[in-house]
Amino acid sequence: MDLTADLLINATVAGLLLGGFYAAVTVGVSISFGMLDIVNIAHPAFIMLGAYAAFRLNDAFGMDPIVAGIVMLPIFFLMGAAVYGIYHVAFERRGQESLRGLAFFFGLLFVTEVALVLVYGVDYRFVQAPYIDAPPLRFGMIELPWRMLIPCVVALLTIGLLQIYLSRTFMGRAIAAVSQDPLALRLMAANPVRVKLVAFALSIATASISGSLLIMIQPVEPSMGRDFIGRIFAICVLGGMGSFPGTVLAAMLLGVVESITATIFGPSWSPAVAFGFLLLTLAVRPAGLLGR
Amino acid sequence: MNNRLFLVLALAIAVAVFVICRWFAIDYLFFAGYQILLYVVLATAWNILGGYTGYVNFGTAAFFAMGAYSSVALIKFFSGVALPIPLLMVAGGLVSGFVGLGMGYLTLRLRGVFFSIATLALAVVVQTLITNWDYVGGSRGAYTVRPMVAPIVGSYMQYLFLLMLSLAVAAIATARAIEHSELGYGFATIRDDEAAAEASGVPTLRLKLIATTLTGMFMGMAGAPYPYYVTYLDPASGFNLAFAVNSIAMPLIGGTTTWAGPLIGALLLGSVQQIATVSTVLGTHPEVNLLIVGLLLIAFVVAAPNGIVGFFQARLRQSRAA
Repeated sequence: MDLTADLLINATVAGLLLGGFYAAVTVGVSISFGMLDIVNIAHPAFIMLGAYAAFRLNDAFGMDPIVAGIVMLPIFFLMGAAVYGIYHVAFERRGQESLRGLAFFFGLLFVTEVALVLVYGVDYRFVQAPYIDAPPLRFGMIELPWRMLIPCVVALLTIGLLQIYLSRTFMGRAIAAVSQDPLALRLMAANPVRVKLVAFALSIATASISGSLLIMIQPVEPSMGRDFIGRIFAICVLGGMGSFPGTVLAAMLLGVVESITATIFGPSWSPAVAFGFLLLTLAVRPAGLLGR
Repeated sequence: MNNRLFLVLALAIAVAVFVICRWFAIDYLFFAGYQILLYVVLATAWNILGGYTGYVNFGTAAFFAMGAYSSVALIKFFSGVALPIPLLMVAGGLVSGFVGLGMGYLTLRLRGVFFSIATLALAVVVQTLITNWDYVGGSRGAYTVRPMVAPIVGSYMQYLFLLMLSLAVAAIATARAIEHSELGYGFATIRDDEAAAEASGVPTLRLKLIATTLTGMFMGMAGAPYPYYVTYLDPASGFNLAFAVNSIAMPLIGGTTTWAGPLIGALLLGSVQQIATVSTVLGTHPEVNLLIVGLLLIAFVVAAPNGIVGFFQARLRQSRAA
């Protein structure tokens, strides 16, 4: 294939847009893994649930996928609270989170995937909205498809709102505090378990939004969630575990590298990029780009 | 009981199992039995790292498939020459063991969860590589023709069964030998408190690397005969998530601290799945099988954290105290 500057620039722009979406996918894990130290490898399963919820609402009522993602937020919040409740009682309090807690989340990931297969089958599902098939925005030779642009903007808005919430409100600051020193928080007469419950529920709630963004970008099938595990954790670690600006930066970087790889070598190679990224990060700079 | 006696006893049991299966003379019994034995090997191999040192490996499917695909590559490369399967098993074990060592070397100096996450990603990436590797069939898959006659015992399915039975004995004997050796005590210190172990002079990194290599090696050896077992291998079946889930669920349900746990878990869950596959009541949809395994896994880690073996050990202790 001829590699022109035109193609390369467009691949970079597409990668930046994709990266914005990856940031939304990762932000939940940045909270749960980065701040709370809960290794929620089942996060992609919740994203898939979010995508299928958006599909259902879109299919049945013609609801816009983004609106569907917002409508489902409270339900995902409660789901997250329930999962943390079980996790805390069964593992965290017994001090067994490392082996059995991981197995628990792996079981959740797996059961969700199988349940989705049983209910919806392995067919690809997609949503309909007027802007998804609209002709792309053009700036000279750069093309911006709405299908990618809108998820990116929504993702960045979500992360911005979360950042404001964490730095301005009492609960948000308490979440930041629990990630730094739970004992000190307890001495301030705040209950770290309750704070972690809210934070974890919040992290699962973001999966509702990112799921609805996912199904806008591409058709989904149940096993797709697994492809995101490598990406999510690569971004989370590279972004410096729990730093939102770091997460966005790392996500954009991964998006661009993936997009250029897909342009040069073909899209079937792009899942390998995230892994290479992850291994490289772990081996060379485990503290992340903007490491503490 | 010392190790040699245990090995003799295990071999005797294995011979008895084989003779009984021959006596029934149903080829399907060997076919189903192979699958269960495969899970015994995978669960035991997983437990050497996961149960003894406490490091969770999600990449069973990747290590297994690397063994299977190294066989496919070798069979294709030496087409015309009939390679004995034990040789393929050694090759598969070497490949997967080496990858296990590399993974461990890159990630085990960090916190344990990074190793787990890296193994999760490894499965996706090895699958990507194999899917793009046309030499071993790529996404279309590869056919492997079974030779007309087996070197020993007549039917080829019985030969494969015998090989997997021997591997299961080897894996269990190794796991048991580790348990009561200096190595095993070193593993246990890592599981209980790695920082304290390190401070007391336990060479934790070296021990962890031994464990990952052993785990990967046995998984690769278990994968090597697989192309002959299924005769058609494509990435979707070689990297089936069922391998990863079962190899984690079986030790956790059986109990992770002894060699008996994974064995009990594998025999139990493996048989249940085989029965569910043939019976029309549960076997209407193959995914239902896996749903049951997943739900059992969650139920056991939440409600019975020490598995079946742990449950009985606790009962025994209570009755002794009373």
